[in-house]
Amino acid sequence: MLEIKNLKAGVEGREILKGINLSINAGEVHAIMGPNGSGKSTLAQVLAGREAFEVAEGSVMYKGQDLLELAPEVRVREGLFLAFQYPVEIPGVNTTYFLRAAVNAVREHHGEAALNAVDFLKLMREKIELLQLDEALLKRSVNEGFSGGEKKRAEILQMALLDPTMAVLDETDSGLDIDALKVVAHGVNELKRADNAQLIITHYQRLLDYIVPDFVHVLSDGRIVKSGGKELALELEEKGYDWITNGELQTA
Amino acid sequence: MSADTETIDRFVAQEYKWGFYTDIEADTLPPGLDEDVVRHISAKKNEPEWLLEWRLKAFRLWQTMEEPHWPQVKYDPIDYQAVSYYSAPGAKDKDRPKSLDEVDPKLLETYEKLGVPLHERARLAGVAVDAVFDSVSVGTTHKEELAKHGVIFCSFSEAVQEYPELIKKYLGSVVPYTDNFFATLNSAVFSDGSFVYIPKGVRCPLELSTYFRINAAETGQFERTLIIADEGSHVSYLEGCTAPMRDENQLHAAVVELVALGDAEIKYSTVQNWYPGDEDGNGGIYNFVTKRGICKGARSKICWTQVETGSAITWKYPSVILRGDDSVGEFYSVALANLAQQADTGTKMIHLGKNTRSTVISKGISAGKGQNSYRGLVQMGKNATNARNYTQCDSLLIGSRCGAHTFPYIEVKNPSAQVEHEATTSKIGEDQIFYCNARGIETQDAVNMIVNGFCKEVFRELPMEFAMEAQALMDVSLEGSVG
Repeated sequence: MLEIKNLKAGVEGREILKGINLSINAGEVHAIMGPNGSGKSTLAQVLAGREAFEVAEGSVMYKGQDLLELAPEVRVREGLFLAFQYPVEIPGVNTTYFLRAAVNAVREHHGEAALNAVDFLKLMREKIELLQLDEALLKRSVNEGFSGGEKKRAEILQMALLDPTMAVLDETDSGLDIDALKVVAHGVNELKRADNAQLIITHYQRLLDYIVPDFVHVLSDGRIVKSGGKELALELEEKGYDWITNGELQTA
Repeated sequence: MSADTETIDRFVAQEYKWGFYTDIEADTLPPGLDEDVVRHISAKKNEPEWLLEWRLKAFRLWQTMEEPHWPQVKYDPIDYQAVSYYSAPGAKDKDRPKSLDEVDPKLLETYEKLGVPLHERARLAGVAVDAVFDSVSVGTTHKEELAKHGVIFCSFSEAVQEYPELIKKYLGSVVPYTDNFFATLNSAVFSDGSFVYIPKGVRCPLELSTYFRINAAETGQFERTLIIADEGSHVSYLEGCTAPMRDENQLHAAVVELVALGDAEIKYSTVQNWYPGDEDGNGGIYNFVTKRGICKGARSKICWTQVETGSAITWKYPSVILRGDDSVGEFYSVALANLAQQADTGTKMIHLGKNTRSTVISKGISAGKGQNSYRGLVQMGKNATNARNYTQCDSLLIGSRCGAHTFPYIEVKNPSAQVEHEATTSKIGEDQIFYCNARGIETQDAVNMIVNGFCKEVFRELPMEFAMEAQALMDVSLEGSVG
């Protein structure tokens, strides 16, 4: 589904990703772990198409298309969704209105009729129930005045509404208490199907107590330095990142 | 070519869809301004002697006045002798049409194209329209129905003939001919406009609306609107304006006077969409307008709502004199300065009576190379015991070549008066746009969404039929504002 080959990218001439190789198939959950500054968020932003990040080399194929050629809004319409580490506040824009615009942009892209307000509300209520969210959030402006936990839950609601085939979650667990973490993880697990895939980017292992990955990759200094099964996350938790990064230095 | 210039080029090439010209025979005075021109306009309208004298007094005063240069706007000197002060559709020797049935079909077509059909079949339901074309009113719809309620809604010229006592009593009572350079010029050469009188205790059954259209080249439009709401009456009035695209600037210097007697309420809304000129500042309308209302009686209320998207330069401060005790003044404004537009706009709330209250909500949007200034005065007179004002003044910037400025003036002469002023400036951030993109929303739609969210407080004050139109207009006017 997603095939990243030798991806090198950076910002303002500074190389951050130094040759990433990663292959994700339908039905899989991958976790990328790594210390601060290893390039985790850069990878997420490059996949979503943020202009500030320049791709110097490599390729990203998504469902047989060159992802890097697609505009950010086309990527999400094609099913590649990014849950932001820092969701952005948009004062004055009602959340429900915003969500409907997003859902209809995706629907129209696939030649489906736009949902009217009533049908959309129905769909939204369904997803809210699934994610155990507070409906009152939807009457407020997009992310404005939301707590950290509310913002992250709202991201998962957006993910549920847009129903992506490839979801990238960028440190969705950061800033969450354990209850909020459980709600978010529950939502993500509910959305998992055989025909979609998830890429979970996280610093800590604890999210992986609730979302069990099929593969774990360790990112360090812009490269994937180790890949393994879910037990790798536990090992990392126990030994810390130094174990990997030092080990790599020794072999280099 | 950079993406930025490309989008701007596209904007200039296709937008401003009201920019067409109607090729119609017109009775136009040659350019120039002297006493003869003033007399000529007055004679054309068959005005009484006192009105001609009033015009002449204004003209003589105007000749001694200097154009004001305190607004935060820049433009080349205006040659007042190069402007034609009167242009009416129709041949010189022909009588003016007496009803809409006699109006030249070309004119009806023009208004139809502008989305304001005048003929019976397609008229806007619930809205009576007075259509002003260059210097004259071409017709007014729904007149009979309004007459049933005693409501007078007609062109200013007609009012001078039919209701001279009302005109004599109220003309210049809120904006005297001595008021300012442009108001004085208007007093000398005003040609037409709308007149409204709502009798005691009547709630006007329809929205009243005037659609101003500048068509002829090298002419100025100097209309005058007078609205009188007698005791306990209520009226909602809306004006819209458009003009053809031209390379030279055209002058529009209007005067609007509102009089609200005891317990009366006037709601005056404007959707101003004059041609704004191009991105280099060529062409466009100079919109130098004096609008003022007086809450004459106790518990009266005047509410100005304006959506200003057009004009090369806007110089406009719809104001309220709160003379009656417990009277209320409100001002809701959205002003957009895109391309090379300049706007210097705001309000004056003059509190004279006790317990008077005023609210000012101003939303300024700057994009392109636009410069947007809010200029507002809140004055609490010495008898304005317990008067209150709340002012909120927000600016939104799009891109890095535009500017926003705020000039609040506050004068308080009564210690019990309360004045609050809040101001914010924000910029549509690249992160907000990207967030919308990442949710499938295109950049232009994202900008529109954010701007409409920003303007919401003002749009909801507009009559419902026009709120949607204002939003759509804002979207079109912002097209190409982001690269």
